[in-house]
Amino acid sequence: MGFDIRMPIGMLFTLFGILLIGYGAATQGSAMYAEHSLGVNMNVWWGGVLLVFGLAMIGLTRMRR
Amino acid sequence: MRPEPHLIDYAIILLYFAFVLGIGFVLKKHMKTSTDFFLSGRSIPAWIAGLAFLSANLGAQEVIGMGASGAKYGISTSHFYWIGAVPAMLFVGVFMMPFYYGSRARSVPEYLKLRFDEKTRGFNAISFAVMTVFSSGVSMYAMGKLLQLLLGWNFTAAILISALIVLAYTSLGGLTSAIYNEVLQFFLIVMGFIPLVYLGLRDVGGWGGLKARIANDAMVHSWKYMGHSNANPMGVEWFGMLMGLAFVLSFGYWCTDFLVVQRAMAADSMTAARRTPVIAAFPKMVFPFLVILPGMIAGVVTSSKLHDTRAEQGIIAGSAAQSSFFTGGKGIIPPKYDAAGNPVKADGKVVLDYDLATPMMLVRYFPSGLLGLGLCALIASFMSGMAGNTTAFNTVWTYDIYQSYINKTASDQHYLWMGRAATVFGLAISLMAAFVAKEFNNILDVLQLVFAFVNAPLFATFMLGMFWKRTTGHGAFWGLLGGTAAAATHYGLTLPAGAVPGVKGGYLGPILHVYPSEMAQNFWTAIFAWVGCFTLTVVISLLTAPRPEEELKGLVYSLTAKPEEGGLKWYQKPATLAVIVLVLLFGLNLVFW
Repeated sequence: MGFDIRMPIGMLFTLFGILLIGYGAATQGSAMYAEHSLGVNMNVWWGGVLLVFGLAMIGLTRMRR
Repeated sequence: MRPEPHLIDYAIILLYFAFVLGIGFVLKKHMKTSTDFFLSGRSIPAWIAGLAFLSANLGAQEVIGMGASGAKYGISTSHFYWIGAVPAMLFVGVFMMPFYYGSRARSVPEYLKLRFDEKTRGFNAISFAVMTVFSSGVSMYAMGKLLQLLLGWNFTAAILISALIVLAYTSLGGLTSAIYNEVLQFFLIVMGFIPLVYLGLRDVGGWGGLKARIANDAMVHSWKYMGHSNANPMGVEWFGMLMGLAFVLSFGYWCTDFLVVQRAMAADSMTAARRTPVIAAFPKMVFPFLVILPGMIAGVVTSSKLHDTRAEQGIIAGSAAQSSFFTGGKGIIPPKYDAAGNPVKADGKVVLDYDLATPMMLVRYFPSGLLGLGLCALIASFMSGMAGNTTAFNTVWTYDIYQSYINKTASDQHYLWMGRAATVFGLAISLMAAFVAKEFNNILDVLQLVFAFVNAPLFATFMLGMFWKRTTGHGAFWGLLGGTAAAATHYGLTLPAGAVPGVKGGYLGPILHVYPSEMAQNFWTAIFAWVGCFTLTVVISLLTAPRPEEELKGLVYSLTAKPEEGGLKWYQKPATLAVIVLVLLFGLNLVFW
């Protein structure tokens, strides 16, 4: 009932992905990656995963129609 | 370093809040009748109901508690998932849902009314309603304390804001809103915890490296040391584990607790309702890797840069704050501190604050940005638990207490209004309970103990009611009371090792048995409750007049037609899916035995 829940989930994760990728790119080389995430810029990588997941969710909503 | 959320972290959390509220607002116009509000108009597809079924149980206490348990006991914590949840979830889906869904009962207490009588329903409805609002308060308190300690957030503000958001979306969009948000929260928790496990495992050198660092074989095997209670850190032997946890406690919770069953009742068809818990069982099987592993890793990694934030917050004063937060801790798990700021000790050893294991992992491994996502996952788990309690409470209150005993003949619109009002006062009582817990910690310990006694025998009543047509209402009611009394008596005559009589048990005077651990004592209390309830129900049922079989159609196994499965494909059949889950479950237990 109501609407397809995959739409808001897809939108939220897409926005999260864009935010993290943007922030990760802006902080590339920051000391916090060495301190926390073993030298990996996890913001960019995981942001990418979230973006793909979000877009896939939106895609699923489209396919149904 | 002090975990310092930056603008980006707050932006992520605020964005999440905006979506959660947005879902509630959009759904408001769909809430026309009380059935829409309390049962989502029985229109939820199976996969959504399934993820909500799982998520409603995945409160903050679950996420934090299982991490803590992982740090303390290691991989044997997975018993709480693999044998302590999955089999019961399959059972409720395949065997019990035909009666819950098929009887058109609107709640679990209402099923008891249809199957037994008014007094059994009343007992269950009232104890469930009281229990739900108070346990919601307990988890609010736990979360408020955690956010305060971890981030320096204000205790009152933290729980007030989250309660208000939950209030807004559950009172606007009812059960649908709670369910939709639980699905969102499910994905957030998964997506927030995967990078934590990835970074943690990468740091310690994978599962092999973690085993080597833990250097305690009993913590990396789930069954190998279950032969005797002295051999494993849980202090439980295989029989108590199987009978107490896997049978009595697990079936008692997953098969009878309205909080989870409500999600399946909202499904759009009988097969969808039966598939709901079975679908939930798939992710449930892999959740140990998301919530237990972080706790285990927290015990073996270090970081020189985490420091004490409590002095800045005025939680501890002066000299104690000078010493490191982690002195005497284990890995990145700090010791527990008393009010004066000194580490709490028992038997000369420092007591660790295991509840901080998972939160500390977030602080240790997440850079700003990802930290926002991790905190979001934590807050999401907190909210999904709270919303689960809230929607279960407002339904039981409105249908089983208000409509049954207070105002029987009001219009549907009035009950819809009452549901919204119950959401408000249910959350208000929970909030008060949280503040009481802050001042008087012991009161809630006692309450939770009483709830445990009331809950333990429940599955005996439901099992007899659904599968033995001879069970009578008197048998069920007195069996429940007897089982509760058996639990209280057993608990009152036993103690876990090293405890003093009081809230930990032994309050009846003579101590007949000392268990190696609290967990063992709890499991055996449940076993006694179940056996007491089962026996008493059978005996009293045989002594009282049975109900005519005509009245029990659709409520008892032998008098109900098997659900139609003719037109279903193999992957839509609940029983087929359940068999797949069982095979996978067996494999997991073998790998980590």
